[in-house]
Formats: sequence, C-alpha cells, structure tokens
Amino acid sequence: MHPPETFAITALATAIGRGERAALAEALNLLDDRRPAARGQAAELLRLLQHAQDNTRSQLIGITGPPGAGKSTLCAALITVWRQRGQRVGVLAVDPSSPLSGGAVLGDRLRMQTSADDDGVFVRSLATRGQFGGLSAEVWPMSLVMLAGFDVVLIETVGVGQREVDVSRLCDTTCYVAQPGSGDSVQFLKAGILEVPHILVVNKADMGAVAHRTLAELDAALHREHPDGHWQVPVLATSATHHSGIEALADVMEQHYAELQSQGQLAPRRRSYQAYWIHKRLQEEFGSFGIEQLGGEQALLAQLETQDLNLLDHYEVLRQGLYTRCLGSSASESP
Amino acid sequence: MSQETVKRDPPWLMRTYSGHSSARASNALYRTNLSRGQTGLSVAFDLPTQTGYDSDHPLARGEVGKVGVPINHIGDMEALFDQIPLAQMNTSMTINATAPWLLALYIAVAERQGVDLAQLQGTTQNDVLKEYLSRGTYIFPPAPSVRLTTDLIAYTVQHIPRWNPTNICSYHLQEAGATPTQELAYALCTAMAILDAVQACGQIPQERFQDVVGRISFFVNAGIRFVEETCKLRAFGRLWDTLVQQRYAVQNPKQRLFRYGVQVNSLGLTESQPENNVQRIVLEMLAVTLSKNARARAIQLPAWNEALGLPRPWDQQWALRMQQVLALETDLLEYGDLLDGSPVIEAKVQELIAGAEEEMARVATHGGMVACIESGYVKRELVQSHTRRLRNIESGALQIVGVNCYQDTAESPLTAGGESGILKVDAQAEREQIALLQAFRANRQQDGVDAALAQLHDAAASGSNIMPSSIVCARAGVTTGEWSEVLRQVFGEYRAPTGVDVYPSGLGDSAALLAVRERVRRTGEELGRPLRLLIGKPGLDGHSNGAEQIAVKGRDAGFEIVYEGIRLTPARIARAAQEEGVHLIGLSVLSGSHLELVEDICQELETIGASGIPLVIGGIIPEEDARRLQERGVKAVFTPKDVDMNAIMDSMVTIIRQANGL
Repeated sequence: MHPPETFAITALATAIGRGERAALAEALNLLDDRRPAARGQAAELLRLLQHAQDNTRSQLIGITGPPGAGKSTLCAALITVWRQRGQRVGVLAVDPSSPLSGGAVLGDRLRMQTSADDDGVFVRSLATRGQFGGLSAEVWPMSLVMLAGFDVVLIETVGVGQREVDVSRLCDTTCYVAQPGSGDSVQFLKAGILEVPHILVVNKADMGAVAHRTLAELDAALHREHPDGHWQVPVLATSATHHSGIEALADVMEQHYAELQSQGQLAPRRRSYQAYWIHKRLQEEFGSFGIEQLGGEQALLAQLETQDLNLLDHYEVLRQGLYTRCLGSSASESP
Repeated sequence: MSQETVKRDPPWLMRTYSGHSSARASNALYRTNLSRGQTGLSVAFDLPTQTGYDSDHPLARGEVGKVGVPINHIGDMEALFDQIPLAQMNTSMTINATAPWLLALYIAVAERQGVDLAQLQGTTQNDVLKEYLSRGTYIFPPAPSVRLTTDLIAYTVQHIPRWNPTNICSYHLQEAGATPTQELAYALCTAMAILDAVQACGQIPQERFQDVVGRISFFVNAGIRFVEETCKLRAFGRLWDTLVQQRYAVQNPKQRLFRYGVQVNSLGLTESQPENNVQRIVLEMLAVTLSKNARARAIQLPAWNEALGLPRPWDQQWALRMQQVLALETDLLEYGDLLDGSPVIEAKVQELIAGAEEEMARVATHGGMVACIESGYVKRELVQSHTRRLRNIESGALQIVGVNCYQDTAESPLTAGGESGILKVDAQAEREQIALLQAFRANRQQDGVDAALAQLHDAAASGSNIMPSSIVCARAGVTTGEWSEVLRQVFGEYRAPTGVDVYPSGLGDSAALLAVRERVRRTGEELGRPLRLLIGKPGLDGHSNGAEQIAVKGRDAGFEIVYEGIRLTPARIARAAQEEGVHLIGLSVLSGSHLELVEDICQELETIGASGIPLVIGGIIPEEDARRLQERGVKAVFTPKDVDMNAIMDSMVTIIRQANGL
C-alpha cells in the first residue's frame, strides 16, 4: 500500500467523481497518510476535487450527543430513509482511541448494518487519535472527498460531551442527540458549555414518560432562534429502534440545508470550517506559541476566511513556515 | 461383600451430542449409539437449521451438515427418527431461535408414529438469551425472542407435561469466560427473566404457574477446577430453591428441585497433547456426579479430540464408556451425599452464593437480564473475565499441561502415521441434501403450505401462541427457511453488542505486549498511518469468543480494530475491509467451513479490487486444510495451539510489513 504515484492522482480524482468505491477507499487512505510524499499528493487530490467543497447539492451533517444516546442506531435509520429517497450516503464514524495503547475498537459500523450490495452507502470508521474534540483530525479533509461522490455526508462523533463543539464547525447541519432521563444535556446547553445545535433530537422516544419529560425540558430551555440567525431550533422525538420520527428528522435536515442555501450562507460557512480546521491542526502541532507566530488566532482566522484556498496546500505552507521559523528545519522531518 | 445386597442409585441419562451430514446418516449414528448403551439422544443441528435457513440458502453454503444434522422439513425429521420409537425415547435438542419450529416438527413426526403427546419426553434448549452472549444463533431482537420462548413453555406445560421446555444454559457463559459466580448469577437472572415473562404473558392460569417452575431445567458446564465446580452446583441448587420459593411462591419441594444436565468443559480441551483431554473430561465429570444432592440428571461428554476437528464414532464411544465405567464399575452410586457436613465445602458454597447474590442484585438495578444484554453490560463483563483468563495462561499463572508447561512430548500413536484423528464430513452431503430439499419442495401441496404460512404470520403478528400454527406448518411441509422468514418479516433481525468495547486496564501489561505495541506503532509510522485490522466472522458460526479476544488484544497492542460481530457474508467482509482501508484481515471460523468461506472471501476481494490486503485465519483447522488455505494465499493459520496472543499479534505485524515491502 504505497502512496499512489503523482500521475495517478488525476485518475484517482476522476474515479472518485464517478463514484468508484475502490478509488474513494484509496483516497481516504491517502488523506490518512502522514508521510511527506503522501501529504503533497493529498493536497493535489483536494485541489482537483475543489469543486466538491463548493458543491451545493451535497450536505454535510454532524450527529453528536452523549455516549449511549443511540447515535449509531439513529444514523442507521437515517441512512435507510435517505436510501429510500434515492440519495447516496457517505459516513465518517468516529470512535475513541485508547490513551494507553493508541489502539481503538471501531464499533459504529456494526450498528449501521448496511447491505453489502448497496453501492449507495460507504462507511469509514476513524479513531480520535488524540485530542480533536470528539473528532479525528482527518475527518474534515476526508469529508471533502466524500462530498465529491455522495449526496449526504454524515459525521458521527464519539460523544464525549463538552468537547463536541468541533463538529458544529465542520458541518452544514449539526444535530444533537440527547439521552432521555439525563438532565446533563439541558444543563450543558443552558450554561453554554455545549454549542447550540441546529436540530435537537430526543432519541429512544419509546422509553415513554422519561423521554417525554426530557423532550419538554429541552423544548422549554432551547426552543429558540439559533445564534446563526434565521433558524428556529426544532426539538424532535425519534425512536431509531421503532423507526419512528426518522422521516421527519430527515425532512428538517433538508429544510435547514435549503435555508442555508437561500440565505447564501453555505459557501462562507464552508470557508470558515476550513479556516477553523487549519487553525486547529496548527494549534495541535505547534501550540499557542505557533499560533502567536502567525499573528494570533483572530488574525489567522480572519486571514484564512477571506481567502479562496486549497486547504491542505495552505496548511502545508503555514506549517513549513513555522518549522523553518521555529526550528530551523524542514517539515519533512516532522513527527 | 456381596454386591447384590447393595442398593445402587439409578445412573443418570447418558448421551452424546451428535449429528452430522444428513438425517439418514445421523439416524444410523443414533441407532448405533443406542445399541452401545446410550440411554437418550442429544441432537446437534447444523448452523443453517439453528439460524433459520434452508440448506440451499446462500448463507448456508459450506455449513450444511457440518456441526450437526440439517433439518429442513418433516421429511428430514422423520428420517432422523426412523425406527426410533419416540414414545420410549428421551430426546434433547440443542435448538434455540428456531426451537418452536423444531419442536413442531418433532410433534408432527410423533403424530405420524401414532404417539400420544403426553408420552413425549425430552428437552428443547430454548434459551435464546444466552445466544446473545455466547454461541450466537439468535435471529430476532430480545423481546420477540423471549415471547417465542414463553410460547413454547406455555404450550408444553399444557400439552406435553413431561417435556423440559427450556434448558437455561450456564454452559455457554463459562465458554464465553464466566467465572463460577458469574455463571450462577447470569443463569439465574435469565431464568427469572423467562419466568417473569411467562407470568406476564397470561397464557398460564395462576394456579398452574408452579408447574411451569417445576419444568424449568438447566444446562451446566463443569470445568477442570472440579472441587469449586462441585460447590458451584451445590450453590446453584440452594439459590434456585430460595429464589423460586420467595419470588414465585412454589410450595412443593419437588418443583423447587434444581434439575440439570451437563456437558463438561470444551473450552479447556487442548489441541496440544490431546490425549490429556481424557483425564480432564473424567475429572470434570466427577464435579457433577460426586455430590448426590447436586448430581446431574443427564451427562454428555465431549470427545478427546474436539479441539482438532469433528470426532469419529470411536471417539464418541470412548466418551460414552467413561460415563459407563463411573456409573457401573465404581461404587459411587452406592452412597449418600459424600460432601454433606464438610466445613471446607460449605464455606466455598457460601462464598459462591454471596458473590452470585451480589451480581444478581447488580443486574436487577440495571433493569434485569434483558436490559443488561441489550446494553452490553453482561457481554462486557464476560469479555473481561475471559481476557483475564487468557492473560493468566500467557503469563503462566494458570498452568495448562502440554500447553504452557511440559510441552515436550513423544509422538502420539493416536495421531501418528498420517492419521488425522478426526471425522471428515462428506463434501457430497451438502449437494445431496439440497437435491433432496428441492425434490421435497416440488412434490408438496403448495396451497396447503401457503395457507399454513398465512396462519403462522397471523399468530406471530397478533401475539397468539406460535406453537399451534407452527405444527400446522410442519404437517403441511413448510421448510425451516420459510418458517423463519415469516417471523423475520414480523419481528425483524438483530445484532447483539459485541462487548469488545471494554475499558483497557493497562494493569499487568506484559513486556511482550509492550514490545508488540512498540512494533505496531513503528510500523504504522513507517506506513504513514496507524495499523488497521479487520476481524471478521464469516458464515453462520456464532462462537465469537476467540474473535472478541483477538479484537481486545489487538486494541491493546495498538491496532485500530474494525469488528462487526458475527454472521457476515463474504461480500460484506470484503467490502468492509476496502471501505475501512485495513492493513490486514483476520478471520475466525470454528464451524469447519473455512475452505469454502476463505475461497468466497478471496473471490470477493478480487472482484472489488482489494486482493492486495493480506488475510489470516484462526479456528479449528486441521493441518491438511491449513496447507490448502496457505496455497490459496492465506498468510497464516492460527489454531487452539496458539495460546500466546502477543505472538499472534507480532506475526500479524510481520505479515503487514512483508505485504508492504518493509
């Protein structure tokens, strides 16, 4: 499994556009690859797939919420609905890495239970591999590649609670799944610890009274306009196991997407995700000191958001610059 | 000393768990076994029959007649009991998800033999809950599964009073890693869940409920620590007595008896120096016979060579002779309880009771057994116990003769000279079975079949007892696959939690593990990304303990593990490997269908352009098959002899390095 040769990258991009599964799998491996040669090729690939990022027919959806809320089962139910509606679905499911061994058990796929002969679904599982707020650092570039071949790209987070903020900075639509009977979600949301999602879901509505109480609490606390503006945060009840409320949830997700488009928010939002991602990765690699070297967080984000640029290219440029400036060495000797 | 004057207790029922190839071949085997002194039958069904597929279903490929007999319809069932009068026979059937169906077929055959249902004696295992934890032959979600279980119980209590409708199994919990305490606690919690469900279903009048309790029996395991195992069985009896008296107000002491059958431990049987398994089996049998007050009602012993492959008739005969020698030659059955009054035994019994009660209370606070299965709690506890056991074998804290100590051995005449020492199922058997099935389908009255299936559908959907319409189906010539498909449509299918998401303790990580972890990390760096490993269980085999342990160990060694649980099609495994970008595929197959499954997976990988991913396999795989697998491109074959899991991890890294030119 060597990284593909440069001349092959064009072919790879074309094959992804055609929806070839083997090509997509290979591209995801490439984006995962941290060797210097692979980084260059990954940047090249994203450049070729630039149109995907501006693709306004495909939607990036984030599903977050505490462990045990039934996120994977809900994702599986949503996938069924989308497939019935003829939409192709790419999934990035994130599970925690063991801090002790660095290994991970990637179990979400088990619950997503897709059919082996359905070419309209593609699932890649990822481990957090460190501290990217319930996501894996690779999620954002990978989601871009998936946007090139799917109508919906679904990102499921680990669900560690307070650090879930990242997913809302990478997705067009963020959906928070609350656990019935647990007041935590309400408290965190009220206190502003959790960022307000675009859609709130109480799954396991089949639990009856407990679920209804949680639903009422969330409704009372949060049924209001989203900070983004022009969007009333709906609170929905679903039961993934009984497959109820799923159609309605898919409808609301579609409405939110249409809303973003009609307000012309989609493109600027995706640019801001990119800025956020570059900032976040640099922060992880070089710490606050590195960010200061680039003029500080605010300035960096402002600069990144105004530019139309290739994500990985620009990231590499900034990274190279920091290496030379701080360490006097080239990035190819990076960890 | 005159033997004639001594009063001996009657011996227990002696059985051998058997069945293979076809109904006709199994019938011949049963009649031979009975003529050699076996006093009951224990039917092993093949995996398609256990999971509700006909022999010609794509998922059945390679599995037909492998681990048991294929039963597709009443014709097969009739052939299985040809010239065996059911009125006199005591038949135990290891059947769970499809238990109502196989009992319906048995009833229909009894009708054809002109036997009154009240005369029928035997057992349906009918304990689906443990299938979610071990063994894996469940089909439907827990709620409808419990409903089918209770339907069968309610039916037999009313119509076949001498039948044991369910055998609550602690056996498979031990195979999955349960400690004696966990075995006690989870089996009793399962029994409670089932009895509560029978009570709630309203099919049994309150005054007859104690008859239900009186028909509940257990299927227990006995491991090599035979003193503790004896105590476990004494504890079982006391806990059960208290439980049914307090919870279900059963007054009659006879109906409070803890009645159980046994298969002694297969988990502890070794592939290395397999002749030592004979002593293990005999000692384990002592655990369930020594104490008269806690003696087994029925015993079946594994054969000495089970870890090598399928036992031959002679191997099974040897197992039966062990029981006969103990029951007939020794003086064991001439005495009362040998252990009553022993303070050592009593203390151990009390300790086990206290531990079990504590765990039962924990399950109760988490909502009872069904909730604890759905949440994955029980499965995680079992995986953890099993991990501890394997770690102790690795470190040598747990000694296993011939495996991690005294490995040197002279050549064994039992397996020498090209003698494989196992039974090979005729490859023709599957084709013949399919031909018979298709001929049967062509010759039946389709109208009758359709009407019977419609009736079954109504019963399933409306909640009325499933047995009467199942018996109508059996008479009409419905097949196993058709019966199951109707219920699949009504109830849906289920995938149980795998339990491999246990929290890593990090404690006791050995130097060997740390070394592998470092090598995994370094190789990941060289390849640009962390090493990823897909663990796949293809086919219908649900024995997932090995796969789970490899998954946990892989995670602890630093791999990113993709594990989707049991019963995956070759296509799905190949697709997952590609989608997930794994560096290696590890398959686990214990049903004997490894040749067919590996071939299918290799072909699928080639079709989707992923044949570059190296493949390894673990399971009960005879040497000759291992050679054939390696010829097909499999990079390594691991068998029960490979107990050092760090070494397995290490060789996986080596294979990944080689595949990537490192």
